[in-house]
Amino acid sequence: MKEQRDYQGDLASIRTVMERSVKFLSLSGLSGILAGLYALLGAAYAYVVLPTPPSPLQYAYEDVTKHLPALFAIALAVLVASLLTGFLLARQKAKRLGAAVWDSTSQRLLFNLSVPLAAGGIFIIALFLNNHNSMIAPVSLIFYGLALLNASHQLYGEVKYLGYSEIVLGLVASFFPGYGMAFWTIGFGLLHIIYGAVMFKKYDR
Amino acid sequence: MKNPFDNLDKLLEHRVRLHIISVLVANEGYDFNSLKDILRITDGNLAANLKALEKEKYISISKSFINRKPNTKYRATEKGRNAFRKHLDALEELIKTQR
Repeated sequence: MKEQRDYQGDLASIRTVMERSVKFLSLSGLSGILAGLYALLGAAYAYVVLPTPPSPLQYAYEDVTKHLPALFAIALAVLVASLLTGFLLARQKAKRLGAAVWDSTSQRLLFNLSVPLAAGGIFIIALFLNNHNSMIAPVSLIFYGLALLNASHQLYGEVKYLGYSEIVLGLVASFFPGYGMAFWTIGFGLLHIIYGAVMFKKYDR
Repeated sequence: MKNPFDNLDKLLEHRVRLHIISVLVANEGYDFNSLKDILRITDGNLAANLKALEKEKYISISKSFINRKPNTKYRATEKGRNAFRKHLDALEELIKTQR
């Protein structure tokens, strides 16, 4: 006959195994903080380098169409830097946890993220081609939030709330055409730093 | 009173088999190598316990090819899910009565 401790061990170990099989726990909160910082730096760079009005709030009255290629390049640089940082930090954390970065869990996570992101990306191209440039920032925030929500059951709980926040922010932004840069800076900069810091404090120390 | 030990599932009293069914209940399906990575056990150990679960129809197997490499996917059957649920209830009951 087994002892009581054994049964409690059974129950406890089930929980660990289930969680490990579903969740990608290697994601580092630090990568969220850094991604937010990159976004802030990118926004600051765009603000300084491009001939822009004195206040971000006056974007609404300026035609930014001619700056779009430059803005796109900056956004791309921020994205690549964020993804690279996220991957490197995840690899480091996975090593510490004794897990693999590239396993069936992370593959599923990537798939769950990429479906809404791809849909959003294509939609944004359509918006751009139809000259609805003021909707690009809101739409990117909304679809990014949906992507996070879609993958949230595989990540730490905070990601779900980050997803909700991005969606709400994107919806608000869609009623203020022309302020895209400001909302982008909040959504990709500030929110990442806040949620990244919460996650870092909770799981990475 | 009925002996609470009777409610335990004989097959799932084994830790490895319990873990296998846990992963399969929490996920839609899992392949052999991923199971091995998660549970951190040897090929032989995993294969033997998968076979035992399959024999009782707790899990189902589907074989396919991915890039010409054989890929075996395991899923929990309805019978397996029910057995898992009952076993969990029994474990809980046992811990309660022994406390």
